[in-house]
Amino acid sequence: MALLDVKDLSITFGGLHAVEEFSLSIEKGQLYGLIGPNGAGKTTVFNLLTGVYKPTQGSIILDGRDITAHSTEEINKDGIARTFQNIRLFHKLSVIDNVKTALHREFEYSTFEAMFHCGRYASVEREMEKKAIEILKVFSLDTVSSILSSNLPYGQQRKLEIARAMATGPKILLLDEPAAGMNPNETAELMETISLIRDRFGITILLIEHDMKLVSGICEHLTVLNFGKILAEGDTKEVLSDPEVIRAYLGDDE
Amino acid sequence: MSFLTTFVNGLSLGSIYAIIALGYTMVYGIAKMLNFAHGDFIMVGCYIIFLFSSNLGLPPFISILIAVVLCTVLGITTERVAYRPLRNAASPLAVLITAIGVSYFLENLALLIFGADTKSFSSVITWSGLSLFNGELQIQGITIVTIAVSLLILLVLQLFVHKTKEGQAMLAVSQDRGAAMLMGIDVNKTITLTFAIGSALAAVAGALLASAYPSLTPYTGAMPGIKAFVAAVLGGIGSIPGAMIGGLVLGIIEILSRTYISSQLADAIVFGILVVVLLVKPTGILGKKIQEKV
Amino acid sequence: MKKKINISKTSSQRLITYGMVIAAWIILEIFLHTGLMSSHLEGLLVPMAYYAIVAVGLNLCVGILGELSLGHAGFMCVGAFSSALFSLLTVGKIPDGLRFILALFVGVLFSALVGFLVGIPVLRLNGDYLAIVTLAFGEIIKNIINALYLGVDSKGVHVSFESLMALNMEPEGTVLINGAMGVTGTPHDANFTIAVILLLFALVIVQNFIDSKDGRAVMSIRDNRIAAESIGIPVTSYKMLAFTISAAVAGMAGVVFSHNIATLQSTSQYFGYNVSIMILVYVVLGGIGSIRGSVIAASVLYLLPELLRGLNKYRMLIYSVVLIAVMIVNWAPGVIEKRTEFFDRIRKGIKNGAA
Repeated sequence: MALLDVKDLSITFGGLHAVEEFSLSIEKGQLYGLIGPNGAGKTTVFNLLTGVYKPTQGSIILDGRDITAHSTEEINKDGIARTFQNIRLFHKLSVIDNVKTALHREFEYSTFEAMFHCGRYASVEREMEKKAIEILKVFSLDTVSSILSSNLPYGQQRKLEIARAMATGPKILLLDEPAAGMNPNETAELMETISLIRDRFGITILLIEHDMKLVSGICEHLTVLNFGKILAEGDTKEVLSDPEVIRAYLGDDE
Repeated sequence: MSFLTTFVNGLSLGSIYAIIALGYTMVYGIAKMLNFAHGDFIMVGCYIIFLFSSNLGLPPFISILIAVVLCTVLGITTERVAYRPLRNAASPLAVLITAIGVSYFLENLALLIFGADTKSFSSVITWSGLSLFNGELQIQGITIVTIAVSLLILLVLQLFVHKTKEGQAMLAVSQDRGAAMLMGIDVNKTITLTFAIGSALAAVAGALLASAYPSLTPYTGAMPGIKAFVAAVLGGIGSIPGAMIGGLVLGIIEILSRTYISSQLADAIVFGILVVVLLVKPTGILGKKIQEKV
Repeated sequence: MKKKINISKTSSQRLITYGMVIAAWIILEIFLHTGLMSSHLEGLLVPMAYYAIVAVGLNLCVGILGELSLGHAGFMCVGAFSSALFSLLTVGKIPDGLRFILALFVGVLFSALVGFLVGIPVLRLNGDYLAIVTLAFGEIIKNIINALYLGVDSKGVHVSFESLMALNMEPEGTVLINGAMGVTGTPHDANFTIAVILLLFALVIVQNFIDSKDGRAVMSIRDNRIAAESIGIPVTSYKMLAFTISAAVAGMAGVVFSHNIATLQSTSQYFGYNVSIMILVYVVLGGIGSIRGSVIAASVLYLLPELLRGLNKYRMLIYSVVLIAVMIVNWAPGVIEKRTEFFDRIRKGIKNGAA
């Protein structure tokens, strides 16, 4: 059974079919790419999958459970975490606090303990700190853990967003243009990190990306979206050599 | 008949709220900020008229004209100096807190210049009004003038917004500032013009308010200002006819509850209405919904 | 290694704040007992402390939750009246010290409850609307209590919004709230030392809260609500939690207020939105989000004009100008850019100079 099973997902904004009958099936452990020209509706799909928008039709099944009607907050609990195209960090919190905030569900103490720093507070905070550092290490961010997140360079901000999403312990991670604004070196490094997340932590990944080198380099499967509809779907190599995809994606003149 | 008298009084107060609310709603709709000091512009207008009319003996009409001009200058200056630098601030609270600072500034400046004691304002309207139904319904001159002026302002504003190039620019900026800028609209100029109109209206409202309620203190404008904002929200913020309706409804409710329920609880009732409206229909009577982009 | 440094850094910051408050208390107590302090100044000490407490509570709302409340004077009003009523009813029945502690519980509990109830509708809004609706609630609370007549006699509790006569009380009954005349006879249980202890208590709670998983969750909502939802933060409950605590802290200040005044009246002078704005001025000038700053600003700005009598006339004017200037310098994107450039140039200049 597929880990994420999306059927006939549609949404309209004031008569415009932003996404129409979108279906997707991702197996556990897959590294899956969602590509398409600008304005094709890729981010809208992410917003639908994470409950930011409610679909006008269709269903989202995660691990055998229907989560279509769940709120954003519940969906994260169900096991979907995401990053954003326009980075959304907690900019006035330090790097490590961004990650610790995302660990809120895994570590527990009461508000009373929070207000008086008593009981489980000290030990749980210590555990949280340890776990957060561990996660930051994966992204080589542990050396900048006490810096304000808004003071990080752009590439590291993108990485921190992934780290924060990972800290919520998701089954599937949605990355919205993770390489946007990165130079080739940073992109190469990012590709390694993404593969590492999948291989070492067993997290399934669905990503939106324009960088074809990254897509062809790490994605095993692709879905191509154009004007809100699926244009092609399948094995990365096959999809990328599909003449229709090339035409839609790169334009007629190329 | 006493009910009718009360109702007309409510209409009069409502018309004053409406004029203030028109200024509020335009500034909120176009500059996207709550000008907390708007009510204090009214107070400044009152003191200017008081100064020129009662102290220097100028005819009321001339004093009002001076007040309109000075309040317009005050509005434009405030926007330029205090609000514009913060237009793109990281926190939306920044400009609101600054507006509160401006309100504080104006009140305390007036306190310093004119003192805390109440000045009695002599009405700018000398007409004694109408006596209907064999004298059973007395309508004061100020009441009639207030209602007429507010309707006139509504009419002129509607024509201005829909028929002139500047008005169309205002609509464009209120809908999408970025797109308006790309279309070649001078956003700064448009916002300045909005503040100018709003502040001029505040001066007119001041003349009417102080004529109807002739005791003048540095805090005269604060409460009517806040209530006019409630009226603007009630009518649907950003909507010109909405501000008019909201103002009238609020004025009538306030006077009715002052007369028939409790004068002490009238304000609580007015504010209660704000809470209920925002819960039931947050966009007000004539407002539109805006969705946040992700 | 690193981890330990981090933890001790934030807690040492907290300790500095406590130390500061205690040091100020010791100095002022010395002045008090050596008779170096005028009786006028003496009367200002307790108000200074309770305004500092409200400022701490308001900063939790404005700086940490990121929502502007203009209704905190209303929560203070609830704390003041509920605790005053409790003390009035139990005076002579419960020993003094215990009675005040219980009154404190009552005041804090009621203001927290009202804060919670107000928060349900208010926190669905944001920005300007939230500010104006909190103002509305503050005024509603003030006006209702101002119009309220309350009394007890052998037949039970009597309530009226009309007049004292309308209460229809037996002659030997007790009038608790006499409409706009308010509450008289609340035992004078609060003093400067107690007010300082409560300020410390408020500081412990608020500062600890900020440095906890709950505090981080609240700040994450402030920084980016959509991202906070995406990592599963229950946004509404955390907003409610922070707002309720903030209201409760304001209520605590209200308890001190009512047990330090002979006649407690629900007037604009004490509980109107202007008081909320004055406290906001303290919070902004002390630094939005800086709890220690709020305490310093509230104390200094409250005392300073009283000490420098000549300044009194101009103080509000000066505060308002400083407030506007602080906002523009700290928040205007254009100014921030120029400031950063300026400091960069200085830094480079120093480097070049050193080399």
